[in-house]
Amino acid sequence: MSTMHLDIVSAEEEIFSGTVKNLSAAAIMGEVGIFPKHTPMITPLKPGEIKVTTENDEEMLFFISGGVLEVQPEVVTVLADTAIRGEDLDEAKAAEAKKRAEEALADKSDNIDAAKALAELAQAAAQLKMIETLRKKSK
Amino acid sequence: MSGGKEIKGQISSIKNTQKITKAMEMVAASKMKKAQMRMAAARPYAKMIKNVVGHLASAHQEYRHPFLVKRESVKRVGLIIISTDRGLCGGLNTNLFKEVLKKVNDWNNQSIEVDVCAIGSKAEKFFKRLNVNLVAQVSHLGDSPEINDVIGSIKIMLDNFTDGNIDELHLAENKFINTMSQEPGIIHLLPTEPNKEDEFSHHWDYIYEPDSKSVIDNLLVRYIESLVYQGIVENVACEMSARMVAMKSASDNASNLIDELQLIYNKARQASITQELSEIVAGAAAV
Repeated sequence: MSTMHLDIVSAEEEIFSGTVKNLSAAAIMGEVGIFPKHTPMITPLKPGEIKVTTENDEEMLFFISGGVLEVQPEVVTVLADTAIRGEDLDEAKAAEAKKRAEEALADKSDNIDAAKALAELAQAAAQLKMIETLRKKSK
Repeated sequence: MSGGKEIKGQISSIKNTQKITKAMEMVAASKMKKAQMRMAAARPYAKMIKNVVGHLASAHQEYRHPFLVKRESVKRVGLIIISTDRGLCGGLNTNLFKEVLKKVNDWNNQSIEVDVCAIGSKAEKFFKRLNVNLVAQVSHLGDSPEINDVIGSIKIMLDNFTDGNIDELHLAENKFINTMSQEPGIIHLLPTEPNKEDEFSHHWDYIYEPDSKSVIDNLLVRYIESLVYQGIVENVACEMSARMVAMKSASDNASNLIDELQLIYNKARQASITQELSEIVAGAAAV
C-alpha cells in the first residue's frame, strides 16, 4: 500500500511529521478522507479531530481548533490554528488593539499631532463599523 | 587620608550594581535558550505556509487576491514595528528605530505618509513622539507570545490595505543571526510576491472547497500573520541574547571600574601612611 507524507504544524510548534497511509479530517464542507495520490486540494478545516493511520497501522488522533488542509499527491499539510478564530472574534481583537493605541495616545503630554492621530483613529473606527454593517447585510 | 571613605562608598555601590547586572545576565541566558527553542518550533509552520502560498501562486490563474496585486501609486504605507517591552538590552531597539527612521524619512521625502502599528512598549513610546500615525498597538506579550494576541493589530493593518487606505505594508524587525549579533531590517509584506516554484511547469490547479476566493483570503491572512508572529518570536530571542551580552559587558565594566578604584584607594591609603610616618619622624627629630 502506498503512503504519503503528512505534516501537521501550528504557528507555535510542529505537531506531527511522518509517513501515513490515510487521514480523515473535518473540512468546512464536511468530513474528508485523504488517501495517497489525491488530486491537489485546498480547504479550510473546522474545529475537530484529524484521524491518521500511520505506516505501521497505528491510529493517531489530533484535535485542532481549525486550520487549512493542503493536499498534494505525495504530501499533505495541515496548517493548524492555535487561536480560536471567527470573523466576530477577529473583529473584537482589532477593536481592542485600536483601543490600546488610543490609550497610548491619550497619555501623551504634548498633543499636537495626537489630535491628528485621533482623527485618524476615528476614521478607522468608522471603517470598522462599516465592515460590521456590511457583514450583517450579507448574512 | 583624603577621600578614602568616598572611594570605599563608590566601590560598594558599584559592587551592588554589578550584582544586579550579573543576575540579569544569568536570567537572560536561561530565558534565551527557551526563546531560541520557541523560535525553532515556530519555523516549520512558517516554512509550510510559505510552501503552500508558493504552490498557490504557481497554480492559480483566474482569481487574483488584492494582496497579490501591486498598486500603481503609493500614497500611504503601513509599517509594523516589532520591539521589546523592556530596556537594558543594548542597542537592539535603537538600531531598529534608526533603520525605521531612515526609511520613514525616505517615504516622507516622496510625500508618502506612514501608518504605524507598534508591537512592544518601546516602539509605542518612541513613535508616539514622532510625526506618524499610530493606528494599532499591542505590548506586554511576555516571553512566550501567542499568535492570538497579535491577530487584532494585524487585522487593522490588513483591513486598511484592503480598503485602500494604505498601499503597501512593511515589517520592521530584528533578525536573529546568532547570540552575539542581531540585524535590524525592514521587509516588504504586502503586496506579496510569493516565490513561484518552477517544478510545476504544466498548468494545474487545486480543488478549492468551498470556493477559491474564501480559501485564498483565509490563507493569505494567515500567511501574513505567521510572518509577523515569526518576527515576534525571533525578537524575543534577540532581546534575550542582546540583554545577556549587554549585561555581561556591564558586569565586566563594573569589575574594571572596581579594580581601578581599588588601586586609587590603595594609593591614597599608602600616601596617608607615608605622610603620617614622615610627620612622626620629623616630630622626633625636632625633639
